[in-house]
Amino acid sequence: MTIQRSEPRPREAAVAAGAEEKALQVALAGQPNVGKSTLFNLLTGLNQHVGNWPGKTVERKEGTFVFGGRTFRLVDLPGTYSLTANSEEELITREFIIRERPDVVVALVDAAILERSLYLVAELMPLPAPVIVALNMMDVAEQEGVHIEPQVLEAALGVPVVPMTATRNEGVEELLAAVEQLTSGQYPYDPSTPRIRDDHRDVLEEVESIIEGCVPAPYPQDWIALKLLEGDQRVSDMMAGCLPAERVDALNATLREHDDALVAVASGRYDWIGRMIRAALTRPTTGPISLTGKLDRWAAHPFWGLAIMAGILGLVFWLTYAVGAPLQDLLDTYVVGSLARLARTVLAGVSPWVTDLVADGIIGGVGAMLTFLPILVIFFAVMGILEDVGYLARAAYVMDRFMHMMGLHGKSFLPLFLGFGCNVPAVLGARVIESKRARLLTVLLAPLVPCTARMTVIAFLAPAFFGSAATLVSWGMILLALTVLALSGVLINRTVFRGERAAFIMELPIYHLPNWRTIGMRVWQRSLSFIRKAGTLILGVSVVVWALSTLPAGEIQTSYLARIGRVLEPVGRLMGFDWRLTVALLASFIAKENSIATLGVLFGTGTGGGLAEQLAATFSAATALAFLTVQMLFVPCVATVAVIRQETDSWAWTLFDLLFLLVVSLAAGTGVYWVVRLVTG
Amino acid sequence: MSRTSSSGRNDGVVSLSSLRSGEHGEVVDLAGGRCMLSRMTALGFTPGADVTVVQNYGRGPLIARVRDARIALGRGEADRVYVRRKPA
Repeated sequence: MTIQRSEPRPREAAVAAGAEEKALQVALAGQPNVGKSTLFNLLTGLNQHVGNWPGKTVERKEGTFVFGGRTFRLVDLPGTYSLTANSEEELITREFIIRERPDVVVALVDAAILERSLYLVAELMPLPAPVIVALNMMDVAEQEGVHIEPQVLEAALGVPVVPMTATRNEGVEELLAAVEQLTSGQYPYDPSTPRIRDDHRDVLEEVESIIEGCVPAPYPQDWIALKLLEGDQRVSDMMAGCLPAERVDALNATLREHDDALVAVASGRYDWIGRMIRAALTRPTTGPISLTGKLDRWAAHPFWGLAIMAGILGLVFWLTYAVGAPLQDLLDTYVVGSLARLARTVLAGVSPWVTDLVADGIIGGVGAMLTFLPILVIFFAVMGILEDVGYLARAAYVMDRFMHMMGLHGKSFLPLFLGFGCNVPAVLGARVIESKRARLLTVLLAPLVPCTARMTVIAFLAPAFFGSAATLVSWGMILLALTVLALSGVLINRTVFRGERAAFIMELPIYHLPNWRTIGMRVWQRSLSFIRKAGTLILGVSVVVWALSTLPAGEIQTSYLARIGRVLEPVGRLMGFDWRLTVALLASFIAKENSIATLGVLFGTGTGGGLAEQLAATFSAATALAFLTVQMLFVPCVATVAVIRQETDSWAWTLFDLLFLLVVSLAAGTGVYWVVRLVTG
Repeated sequence: MSRTSSSGRNDGVVSLSSLRSGEHGEVVDLAGGRCMLSRMTALGFTPGADVTVVQNYGRGPLIARVRDARIALGRGEADRVYVRRKPA
């Protein structure tokens, strides 16, 4: 293949490639699961920039490459089924095409689901940018017995149609050649556009005459009329601001009278698709049950589906512990440990204060961030594989009935469940959920899943206090956390989201073999973005907490953190805490397991055997149980907070969550303390 | 917005959720809010479309095949899709 990846900056790249014309801007559009990422990665390789769309939580990917001496700037638009104003993704896609007017929109369609995936093409055709249809997954279509004649489809659509199989790199050069041909004006571009169903044609004309001359640039008038009939809130609001008052009334009256037009518009599009594919598509006559059908008998079965999922999750956990945990230890001992030693050696002559800041504060913070990486990489890889082969949708399907009681979506289950390993990937994993509300709720609830770090603390403290009942107490704590999670889900859903139920409508994609390149790129990008975005916050907070626990005298007993702990002692008293437990809780903000180390220092025992005995001698069972409860439900570690901020893109939601968790944990801790005191006398 | 068909429910029109696994139907009408109608129609559930129920265990979500795609629907969503049962 003669595609060269250019340097990330398009202008320089064009010069380097000797191209004189400006870069061609190509937008990649398509419904979910049509292989957009595979094509995007194939074309741009590592020359891509991943960020967010301005002011949105939707990922924006852009990249450049050179083909035939010409520089292409490729923008990956979010995957959407249609272009209504129902979701951020849909708005981004249509606003980009209308406002930025890319030179070409490549509409990627799934050849195996041709009719349905052309629906987006039907929405793209009336927009002011030329469209090329890329018929992807021709191999899957053949497997399913679907036969398509691209030339016949091309003749019907009046736009270039290029058959391809991106996973095998087939048809990609032909696609780029078609882009070149279209932009150089050599192609007789004559797009066929869908029409509204016959019984609504008059209404459409009426709406057009009402808005005539008032549509702001750069929106096409006929498109605005159609969107008004579809009941598009965004477009109606915009037009209400542009039209004179009497026309607004006329428009509203017409729209009210025809509030069933949405179905007529959609039907018109499907009628058009039917005409387009009539001669080009041959479906299998007698359908032998496809592989996907056979697999779904098991994977989507109400019982076996759960069993299969349990098996897969077991495997993931085994992988996390067998591979992730040792890697974490290695990183901690060798990389972080050596760095700290090195710093101490290099800074030997400087003041001890600076040495401590670098070795403990900064390198400690970097370490806190680095040690997350092995678990994150495993998690991203597993989620990537499950998503890419099509299994994730099945897991969501079998879990939906349990999850939607909490206002969550079936897709919330996997990220939340994997939160037992670590809350950070649980929050990041919520991205697979399309429904914005369910995604937000999943992110907010994720810190209530007991992660391994919290379990480490429980595992250390429970035996000291409760001896043989430790296992029972540990399980009780897990059960408590999950009950609080479920109740919080119901509560937040009922109050903040006013009980709107997340509708469960989800496509189950055809199963296919994983594309390692796509998965690898995703793991790489997500890990990088974690280090870049969450990393700064984790590092900053780590240094601050380190400083609070060291200054002014260099030891925690007399530090500012200890003073804060003493100030907060009255709150702690509600749960039977003394200031040392409060300080331990505060110190656990960097990493949950820090609370043990902090207690070790405060009791002057280190983390050795003496600590557990001394704690047991100092505190009552009621206090101990309250401490474990608060530890379990408390504000999550700084890394989790950083990714909550990153994924919600809102400090307001992040602070809401922290406050919520603070109140819930203190209330639960106080409740446990007094109940146990009453029971034990 | 809430819509129900003006035609009665005694002319062989039933909700999609009452079709058993393997049964076919033709979409006649859809009910629901605008957002839901918009999503359902985009996914292919428009009047006249053929639907096959792939999996329906009588409770919980079900799987339907429409326009060659497999769509999982919550029972509440499937209740609002009205279909005319077709012979196999």
